[in-house]
This record gives sequence, structure tokens and C-alpha cells, in this order.
Amino acid sequence: MSLDKATVASIAALARLRVPEERLEPMVADLNTILGFVEQLDEVDTTGVEPLASVTGHALPQRDDAVTDGGYPERVTANAPDRVNDFYAVPKVVE
Amino acid sequence: MAEQDRAAPYRIEGETGAWEVVIGLEVHAQVISKSKLFSGAATTFGAEPNTQVSLVDAAMPGMLPVINRECVDQAVRTGLALEAKVNEVSVFDRKNYFYADLPQGYQISQYQQPIVGEGVVHLDLPDGSVKEVGIERLHLEQDAGKSLHDQHPTKSYIDLNRSGVALMEIVSKPDLRSPEETAAYIKKLRSILRYIGTCDGNMQEGSMRCDVNVSVRKPGDGYGTRCEIKNVNSIRFVQQAIEYEARRQIEILEAGGSIDQETRLFDANRGETRSMRSKEEAHDYRYFPDPDLLPLKLDPARIAELKAALPELPDVKKARFMRDYGLSLYDASSLIEERATADWYEAVVTGGGGKRDPKIAANWTISELFGALNKAGLDLADSPVSAEALGGLIDLIGDGTISGRIAKDVFAEMFATGKDAAAIVEEKGLRQVSDTGEIEAIVDAVLAENQDKVAEYRSGKDKLFGFFVGQTMKRSGGKANPGMVNDLLKAKLAG
Amino acid sequence: MPGLFDLDLVAARDALRAREITSTELTAAYLARIEATAGLNAYITVTADRAMAMAAASDARLAKGEGAALEGLPVAIKDLFCTEGVLTTAASRILDGFKPTYESTVTANLWRAGAVMLGKTNMDEFAMGSSSGTSYYGPAVNPWRGAQDAGTPLVPGGSSGGSAAAVAGWAALAATGTDTGGSIRQPASFTGIVGLKPSYGRCSRWGIVAFASSLDQAGPMTRTVRDAAVMLSAMAGHDPKDSTSAAEALPDLEASLEAGVKGLRIGVPAEYRVDGMPSEIEEIWARGIAWLRDAGAEIVDISLPHTRYALPTYYIVAPAEASSNLARYDGVRYGLRVEGENLSAMYANTRGAGFGAEVQRRVLIGTYVLSAGYYDAYYRKAQRVRALIRRDFDEAFGRVDAILAPTAPSDAFAVGANEDDPVKMYLNDVFTVPASLAGLPGMSVPAGLSARGLPLGLQVLGRMFDEPMVLRVGRAIEKAAAFTARPAMLEGV
Repeated sequence: MSLDKATVASIAALARLRVPEERLEPMVADLNTILGFVEQLDEVDTTGVEPLASVTGHALPQRDDAVTDGGYPERVTANAPDRVNDFYAVPKVVE
Repeated sequence: MAEQDRAAPYRIEGETGAWEVVIGLEVHAQVISKSKLFSGAATTFGAEPNTQVSLVDAAMPGMLPVINRECVDQAVRTGLALEAKVNEVSVFDRKNYFYADLPQGYQISQYQQPIVGEGVVHLDLPDGSVKEVGIERLHLEQDAGKSLHDQHPTKSYIDLNRSGVALMEIVSKPDLRSPEETAAYIKKLRSILRYIGTCDGNMQEGSMRCDVNVSVRKPGDGYGTRCEIKNVNSIRFVQQAIEYEARRQIEILEAGGSIDQETRLFDANRGETRSMRSKEEAHDYRYFPDPDLLPLKLDPARIAELKAALPELPDVKKARFMRDYGLSLYDASSLIEERATADWYEAVVTGGGGKRDPKIAANWTISELFGALNKAGLDLADSPVSAEALGGLIDLIGDGTISGRIAKDVFAEMFATGKDAAAIVEEKGLRQVSDTGEIEAIVDAVLAENQDKVAEYRSGKDKLFGFFVGQTMKRSGGKANPGMVNDLLKAKLAG
Repeated sequence: MPGLFDLDLVAARDALRAREITSTELTAAYLARIEATAGLNAYITVTADRAMAMAAASDARLAKGEGAALEGLPVAIKDLFCTEGVLTTAASRILDGFKPTYESTVTANLWRAGAVMLGKTNMDEFAMGSSSGTSYYGPAVNPWRGAQDAGTPLVPGGSSGGSAAAVAGWAALAATGTDTGGSIRQPASFTGIVGLKPSYGRCSRWGIVAFASSLDQAGPMTRTVRDAAVMLSAMAGHDPKDSTSAAEALPDLEASLEAGVKGLRIGVPAEYRVDGMPSEIEEIWARGIAWLRDAGAEIVDISLPHTRYALPTYYIVAPAEASSNLARYDGVRYGLRVEGENLSAMYANTRGAGFGAEVQRRVLIGTYVLSAGYYDAYYRKAQRVRALIRRDFDEAFGRVDAILAPTAPSDAFAVGANEDDPVKMYLNDVFTVPASLAGLPGMSVPAGLSARGLPLGLQVLGRMFDEPMVLRVGRAIEKAAAFTARPAMLEGV
């Protein structure tokens, strides 16, 4: 499996990464090197092997239903590049 | 399914003949819980922007989810109420996509291993048959935040208060065949969720939202290509959207075209659906198990405990009302839709030492009380007439203190003033006259005043009997015991 | 009379408790060292004022005899830990200006234990790298230089290279690191210090900028094995805010430290003898085996058959998780924003400008291996192989108490080397990644010098949650190795 430029461009779009045209070609080469490397896994017979879900084998801990957090809009918006009152602001979304 | 047994299946007539509509629903039901699915922030509706947001909900770097036990229990309760298989092991996955109101860049959801598997919802159809609608699955997931687009000319504002609130996505099989059935399904599902207290079902506030999958086919054909109509927020709109969408698809197909599988929006102002072309690229959600969470394991004992604690569900209650109280399907159905109504009705029936007639209680509850509440725009919870008070009124009818006719006036007074029936009857002197002498005097006066009519009656004009009853009741101010009036009139007219 | 800098963490702790020194003088001395070693680029942010204030508070507590476990000890924090009110960057431009309004659990534990924060250390961007060369703030530099080539700056390893350089260059008494595929152990090996990656779940991940959630684990980077035990005891503990945090109680890590290895069974995995491994790596490993045998351990040849598939597995799992973990850096709530004509363009511009080349590569690989049609072939396949790797270890640990292996396949390389080919860089982690995938504890202990006069470490791996065994065997190596070499730059300090 080898990626071409168009595929890499579409992956970049999916990942919301602006990759300038001149960086695309070297990126294609790098990604193909990495994919070529990881494709060694094809050699491994994994028939009947369940994918690893957790290294600890623990079950998911569950917390009690109580309001213990929130109530600090200033803390969650303190680092926002653009905020208006206690809202985050982004370029207008047209639906 | 029972659809082929039905009297007249829903069909849309096209130029090439009748079309069948196939509908499946994905209902997003906000879970009733104090705090969010994976954070300790509050869930109440309508708070100031970003005040119910924790660092986790805002997806700050390094923040981690911890699941709320109550949300898990609510999903299990819902699964049990839908007669579904509850999975002892389920997995939370990340659904990856970018959106302004999705701070993590992914939604924590369940994809391959949901908490609840296949179940069923029973619908009572107008023709008296019962239809089973299959439930495909129910899974837990996070709600998104909200974008406000109308606050600024070039900016959208983001409020994350709703971000991370627990949702149950309840996916039906494509078993629905008409807008009416779909409406009945939503109502029934909402009724079940409200019974068990897992979702308040408030579509206006968005705590219950529907994605509607619609396709059309010629009866007997395989499934057609479906379109998904997103986020329809009332039952009426769901019906409109289905009808519009089905007709749109039929037009395309009959013109020789084909349906593109796509996501569409319902425009309530225009009553039409339109393609969501703004979401340009194809979605690829890249689901994978959330490595911040471990598999969710449920102890069978806990599932059994939750099952034992479930309240009586609507279908069971309806059957019991029909069996024990002799109610019609219609009356039982309208009484059980809301648990509070059913409880209210049962309080009326079981009060007063159990002597009240359940059918009379049902009639009064459904026709008089519901009618008055509707007219006044009130909920049962705000009813000026309590169950106890209505029971009192029914008792006065039962023991002959007032007639049914007078009772309606008393009820209107009760509804207007909140007073109890006995007090109104005393105050206004509405007690039924059952004294033979008193009634006889009135009857005599009526007959004396209408000698000509008496003669006509006696010569065979039987229909005039009603006239004499009316006159007698009128003269008594409605208070005369109607049975006694009847008996006396018959005797005297015969004489 | 030894100088202040001759004191390791434990010695400094004892000296503070004995009131022989004050935290204020110790901290001031380290802050001066930080300035003197600015060329190492070990720190992204130095919190001198806060350090002096914390030191003064510690001195006040020590004066009342109230000192906690790490009272008054100045430490450095990898810039992956969120620290309240202090710039936290993950060495990425995308977190430009980000000052968390919260404190990570691990650092909060350290401050509660009385430790003093010197600052935030340099690293590979988002902990992705093995050289600390992918930092937006420029590469961190190893205090060590090659004996014949003192003019060439060397990498301190990565990703916790700034922490390693700070500890090795005496610009911190100890430091925190994080290890996803070797990011504590490999830099420890390159800089001649001790680096311990605990079992997955030992240290809370809450408040640590996530790279690959199923692998990330914080741990100590110290001068000695005992320092590592003391430091980890303060860092670790169950945290209800992290669903993957281990509920298992942390045992007393110092208790069995000096118990020796007599009677222990030490596994030597055949598969760690890889093609093209420099002979001096084999030699140091052989020396380590001999030390343990001489100390009374039984050496057992073991097989970990899937070892060679660990790196390819890692380079699917880690980028996949990273591609999702890094989706939150979108210019909306914190960090860099580069405007665009619409929201989507704003995202792409921000992320394109904010992430460096290696991060972008991994985000793209991760996005690809999770995408429709490839998920089963890559991600699920990798998680299956991961299960086999774990099974290999489980079987081995049925026969042995600990495993001894090299930490890294080479000594420190030159700054800028290995950057032409991403996979060449990845090969640095060949010995560290298997334990990361299996979640097992591992520690690198300095064992000797390479022909170029650079430090080489040996790695001890243990059973899940058996940190005491790892420390015990590590201590035996430390004793036998008697590694006293120092970088030339420390002469006269």
C-alpha cells in the first residue's frame, strides 16, 4: 500500500492540517516510509487473538452522580484567543 | 410485523402507482442526571453561557473522562423497559470529527459494542391492532455544545453548557410505515422514558431529538435508498418531514432518477427538507475505542436490581386498567400515556373506600378534567381540582346527592375556585331533590299547565314524554332526582 | 566537605532535615546552575520567583520540623505537565501562551510533598521524538560530549531530553519525565542518569498533555535508583480523575531496595540481540548479566518472540491515539489561532502552523490508519499484535522475576542526526517500546561508557505493578556498575 499525493491531501483535509503544496511531496515520501515499516505486521498471524483493550485488565471505574465541577466560566475561557463575554468566538458558521 | 393485517396501509399515490414509505428513527434522548456523562458539571437547561462547563467539558489539555454511574443505570433501565438485551460488557469509542461545538474534536460514543442491544416497542394502532417496532440498539454518548449564529455579523458564539451531557441514542429498525405510526412510536417511546424517569422527553428544549431515516418502495420490493433527516424537534415536524421527503423521493424515482444517500435538514418554515451541502467532505469518523476509558462491565446482579426497581410500565398498566377497571382500550390508553395521569386516576378510583365506579372516574378524568385543563392550558400537576376532590364529586353523584347534570356545573365551579364539591353543593343549594312530595307537587303543576299536551300524550303521542321531563327538571332548577321524575310522570300520565 | 551539587536527592533531603543546608540556598544554587547551563536549552520556562517563594515556605516548614517527603527539594518538570498559571507548551507552537488554570495531579502531588519547582523542561514536541530536537523552542542539548569530538553537541535523547539534560547537567536535583515508547528511559541512558517508567496506571495522567493515552506514563528522572524510588513515591498514587489510574496500593519502594538479587531469576531475551547492534551495546549488556550473576542471580534465557513487531505496532497505535488526542488543538479555546476565511480554514491554518513536521507526520499516519477501510488492517491488527507482545511478557514472567536488556541501541548521537528518515529515528526506541506496549515498569540505570566516552544504560523490566523488583535489580546494577563518570562540563562545579 502506497499513498499518493491526492490521498495525503485528503487525509490532511480530514485531519484539518494545512499542508502547503511544496511540503506535500516530501510528506508523501515520509508517510510511505513509515507505512512500509509498519506493514511488517502483515507477517504476524493474529488469528483468534483479541485486540488488547487494556494493559491493567481493570474494569471502568464509575463515579457518583453529583455536581462537583463547573461554575467557573472565566477559568474555561481564560486562554481563548477570541472570547466575547463568556462565549468562545469563532468565524461565523453557516449551516 | 403485523402491518399486512392492517385494514388500510398508508400509501402515497404516485403516477406509477402506490408507494410504501419505510421509516426508521434515531432518537437522541438526554439522560436525566445531575451531572454530565464524563464530568461533574451540572446539566440544568438554560444556564448562563459556559457556567456548567468543567475543564473536562472544555477539553483542556490533559483532561480525562470519568463515567457517571447514574447515566449507566439510566441506560440500563431504558434498555430493560424496551425489553432489550443489556450487554454486560460494552465499549466507549471516539467518533472523530471537527466542529465548533465539539471541543475534544471527537465525541465519546459507543459504536461496535453498545450498552443495550435489540428490543421492542409496542404500538396500539387506531384499528385496534398492535404493532411491534424493533429497537436495533441503544448506546450512551456525549451531547455537543451549542453554536449561536445570530449574535454577531461575522462570528459564531460557542456555549459548552450542553457539551458532555449524557445522551441515549435509541435506534429503531426500519419498521415504521407512515407518519402517524412514527408519531405514535415517538409518543410511546417518550411515555416509556418518562415513566422510568430516564429522559424528560421535552422536544422543545431539545432533550429529545429525532433523526428520521426515510425511504420509499413499491409494496413488496426491497428497501430503497434512504435519506437521513437530522434533528427534527417536534412530532408534527417529524410527520411533515416524512411526508415531504417521501413525496420528494417518489418524484425523483418516477422521473427516472435515483436517490442519493445523504443527510438532509428539515426547514420548518418552508415545511421541506434540503440537503446539508455545507458539510462538504464525506464523513470518516475514524471510530476507535477511547483509550482514556476501559471496557464498561456490568454486574448481572446490578442489572437484576435495576430491573426489580422499575415501575409498572405503560403496556402493563394499560392491560391492568382494562382488566381490573373494565376500561376501553381508548380510555386506558389515554390514562396511561403519562405516569402522573395514571397515578392521578388511580388515586380517584382507589379513594373513597373503593366504592367509586372506575368507568365513571375514567369518564370524568378524561372528558371533564382533561377538557378543562386543555382549555385552561394547564398541566395535570397544576390542576385546581385534586384527585381527592374529583373523587368527592363522584361520590356525590353515586349517593344521589346531585345528578350528573348538576355535577357538571359543580365541576366547573370546582375548577374555577378550587373548592370541593360538597361545599359548592351546600353553598349553592344544589342538593338533588328526592322528596316524593316535593317532586309530585312540581309534576302536578307541570301537568296542570299543559293540559293540552297531556291530552295529546294520552291519545298516543308518546314522544311528548321528554317534554314533560324537561319541564319538570326546569321547574326544579335541575335538582329533581331524574329517576323519580320519570317514575312519577309515567304513573300520572298513565292515570 | 562535599559541595551542594554533590548531594543527590536523598542526600539533599537528609541535609535539609538535619538543617545543614536550607532550601533557599539549594534552590538559589540550582537557579544559578540553570543560568550557567543555558546552552543546554534544557528549560523552556524557568520559574525562579516561584521557586524561591516555594523554597522559603519549605524552609519555614522544615524549621518547624514539618517537612514532607520532598520538602525543599528543587525539581524540574517536563513541559508536558500542566502547571497552574505557568506557561505549558508541550514544546509546541500550538500551545503558544497557554497558561493552565489547573495543576496536573502528579505535580500537585510533588508540591504537596514539599518539592520546589525550578521550571518547565524542553522536550520533543508533544513528546514525539527521541532526540528532543522537534521542540518549537529549539533542541535540548546533552551535557555530555564525545571524548574525541568535544565540539559536536549531542542530543540528550527524547522526548524527556530537557529533564535528562537538567538532571545530568546539575541544573535540577531531579525531574519528571513521561514515557510513551521510551521517552524517560532512552534519554536517561543518553545522559547517564536513572529513568523509571512505572507500570501503566501508577501515575495519574490527569493534567498531562496527552500523546498516546494507552501508553503515556509519568516517571522520575534522577541521579540514583534510590532517588527514583523516593521521587516516584511522591508522584504516584491512585487518582479518581483518571479512569485508567491503578487502584493497587503503591508499596514501600525503598523497603527492598538493598535486598540484592541473590536467588532472583533474571531473564535475558534472545530477541533483543538485533541485527546491526553496536558491539559495545552487547558488551555492556553482557557486563550487566555478569554483575547480576556474580551477585547471586540465576540468569535465564528467555524468548519474547514478537519483539521485532513492537516498533511497527507502536507506530500504528501511538499515532492513531495521537491523531485523536491532538484534535482539540483547534484555535478555539486556547493556544495559537491562525485566522481563515471560515471555521474549517481557521482550523487547518492553525494546525498547519501550530504543529511541527514530526507531529504532522504522526497526525496524518494516525488519521490514515483509523480511516474507513484501513482500521482493521492497521489499528485492530496492531492491537492484536500488542496482545501477543503482552502475552510474551506474561509467559516470560512466569519463569523470571525481572528482565535485563539494553536501554537503547546506541549512545547519544549528534544534534540534527537521524532527521533525514523518520524510521531511523524511531529505531532508537526498539528496546523500550515493547514494555510500553505491555504496560510494564522499566528502568534505565547508567552502566558504563561507550568507546566515545558517552553513557550507556541498562534496562530492567518487571511484572505489572512490581516496581519494587525493578528498583531492587536496578540498585544491584547501580552498585556493581559504580558509575561515577560525569560530563566534562561539571568539572569544577
